[in-house]
Amino acid sequence: MNLLQRMPRIVTIMVVFVVTMSVVRSWTGFDDLTSSGTIGATLRLTVPILLAGLAGLWAERAGILNIGIEGMMILGTWFGAFGAWKFGPWIGLLFAIGGGMIGGGIHAISTIRFGIDQVISGVVINLLAFFGVRYLSELAFVGQPQGGISQSPPQSSPIGRFDVPFLSGGRIGGWTSPDILGNLEERGWFIVGDVAGIARGLTNGVSWASLIAIVLVPLSAWILWRTTFGLRLRSSGESPESAESLGVNVIRVRYQGLLISGAFAGLGGGFLAIVSSSYYRQGQTAGRGFIGLATMIFGNWRPTGVLGGAAVFGYSEGLKLVAGNSITGLFLFIAIVAALAAVMGLVRVSMRRTLAAVAVVAVAMLAYLTVDEVPESLTQSLPYVITLVVLGTASQRLRPPARAGIPYRPGSAH
Amino acid sequence: MTDTATTERPTGLSGLLSRITTGSNAGSLRTSLTTVASSLAAVAIALSICAVLLLVTGKSPVDAYSTILETAGDSNKLLEMLRRSTPLIFSATAVAVGFKMNLFNIGVEGQYLFAALIAAEAGSRVSLPAVAHIVFILLVAMAAGALWASISGILKVYRNIHEVISTIMLNYIALSVIQWLFENFFRDDTVEGLNVKTTIIAESGQMPDLVDGRLNAMFLVALATAGAFWVLVYRSRFGFRLRASGYNPNAAEVAGIGARRMVIAAMLISGAIAGLVAMYSVVGETYAYGPSATPTQFGFAGITVALLGRNHPIGIVIAALLFGFLDSTSAVLQLADVPNSIVKVMQSIIVLAVVVVNEATIRRLNARTAEQMRAQTDSGEAS
Repeated sequence: MNLLQRMPRIVTIMVVFVVTMSVVRSWTGFDDLTSSGTIGATLRLTVPILLAGLAGLWAERAGILNIGIEGMMILGTWFGAFGAWKFGPWIGLLFAIGGGMIGGGIHAISTIRFGIDQVISGVVINLLAFFGVRYLSELAFVGQPQGGISQSPPQSSPIGRFDVPFLSGGRIGGWTSPDILGNLEERGWFIVGDVAGIARGLTNGVSWASLIAIVLVPLSAWILWRTTFGLRLRSSGESPESAESLGVNVIRVRYQGLLISGAFAGLGGGFLAIVSSSYYRQGQTAGRGFIGLATMIFGNWRPTGVLGGAAVFGYSEGLKLVAGNSITGLFLFIAIVAALAAVMGLVRVSMRRTLAAVAVVAVAMLAYLTVDEVPESLTQSLPYVITLVVLGTASQRLRPPARAGIPYRPGSAH
Repeated sequence: MTDTATTERPTGLSGLLSRITTGSNAGSLRTSLTTVASSLAAVAIALSICAVLLLVTGKSPVDAYSTILETAGDSNKLLEMLRRSTPLIFSATAVAVGFKMNLFNIGVEGQYLFAALIAAEAGSRVSLPAVAHIVFILLVAMAAGALWASISGILKVYRNIHEVISTIMLNYIALSVIQWLFENFFRDDTVEGLNVKTTIIAESGQMPDLVDGRLNAMFLVALATAGAFWVLVYRSRFGFRLRASGYNPNAAEVAGIGARRMVIAAMLISGAIAGLVAMYSVVGETYAYGPSATPTQFGFAGITVALLGRNHPIGIVIAALLFGFLDSTSAVLQLADVPNSIVKVMQSIIVLAVVVVNEATIRRLNARTAEQMRAQTDSGEAS
């Protein structure tokens, strides 16, 4: 339920991941599988997806589907880039949040006040945002140096990054502390080198904005599951009639949920325009709003699940970016994990699970042995394929908020 | 939920029948007048919101709207309107087939691009006599669109995955698959440069021109498709079942209409129509598929046109013409110093306004009907 109770499972997953990756790395020689460079890129690529997923989580927990996350992220990229260009990066992030909240507000008014179909409203917001920022660019960016209808002028100052002292050679005052993890990583010892690489990736050259985004995960979990406001919000998504009968103002809570959702999506967009790059560009979000929606689904509408899903996509993207040829190593990784699952299936005497796992082992090994290079065009669609597979195979375990997507009118319980 | 469903089943079924029978005869005159009036009001509201937007951003709404109106007298622009409305009619009809039974096909985008690639490639590989060649290409496009859409239908029926999620995901998967197929197998390697395409379709497979290179006969196919949609949905047994499943799935199921079969059938038809969206370009203009040559974004535009046209064929054609007209004015607007992206913004706002006003009208009408019924029962009890 809460973070602490789920801790052992997370730890198990981490241990399995590190040990297996370590085996794969020494077997294949793809050092980049666990290098700090890959993990650093993973972190940067995970954050926007994570924020999009949390945006979906906040909206659906309050009972409103949010197909418009992509559009709200687009608003975030534009307003973020505009604010950062005019007033500096931190103000830019605030602008991005505001831009996303405009989208969330429109979605709230049209679905809650006017009760229109939530999917339709989301689709229209995506279109409105896409063309709206084009219009705004024409007014604000055309004629500026390096600016145009599909691009903003570059920002002059980036958001700061930090290295953690002693672990990754951060500076204390004028003194540079030793880069312990960096040294360990260079040695490349079995498991130790991998842990050091992963830890260094998470502690070296980290943007302050990434840190804020990561902190938002436990914060969301705490607010949603440990505060009165969170309870009211979730009950509006599960059973608005009961909530209303207990005096909860369902309408107001849903408005708040959607504004928070818009803020998260906007921040995700702002991160793309200010941290991942230094300008706004048309199409910058590249479907991340929808990938966020996907992580929300197979994160089972929980913040830690969203983080896990976003990390999977971030890692596959990061690996592709840093060392595209290492992708085939992932097949071996999948084969080993599936083999472990097969053993677990035997232990639990579950014939079906064992057979399924053995089949996965066979396919993954075949892919590892035969495929030299995975076509770039097909790896792009990986998140979407994984989503459909997860939905198709594990849908019994997923539990969405009961009333997400169904319009509610106050007093309709009678 | 289950309680009300079981107790209200008889009234639900008779209510369903009466709704469908009266609904198919265009309803009462008053209802349809209300519908048209509310649509016009919504467009007016949207135009005033855009005027405010233009004013706030320092542009003159008077200039913008008078430029748009002046364009309406230009016969070249009117041809442009017909040309631009062609893909919108297909796309909106495809979306409307789904809407008729509460299926939301957001995947028209992926379906039509996939179909465009497959049809262009198939069309360039066969040699057939003139008319048969065109018909062959269009049939391949419909089959390819239906194939891609059927994935969502199957996932919904057998794995219970909501079609909104699966069609969104399949849009992106389609883009990947198209890129992979195009780059590895279908690309015409004799052409260099940015404008890469599939092999050009032979002349026998090229759609005849209607008006000197400005409009091809796909426009007529689009009108025919809208007509076929009307017959299929409002005049056939299948259409009755489709609408019945949409109005009240429980009642339809009780009446022996298999929901699973209807979902698959609706997705297949929707995908087949979607397959034709880009054909005005593939068999009418570029005679090939190309990543930069084949137009995109019509899948989403189709959703807006279907909503604006209230999922009715006549409404869809009118809405497509309106959007085609607005699109055709963008070049002129730019000359009048109004950023032409306002046209697309305007379209999105029009749709939002129409949906909102529509929802409010329906609610008002329902409230009125409920009041009348209450008045009737009250007077019945009094006498």
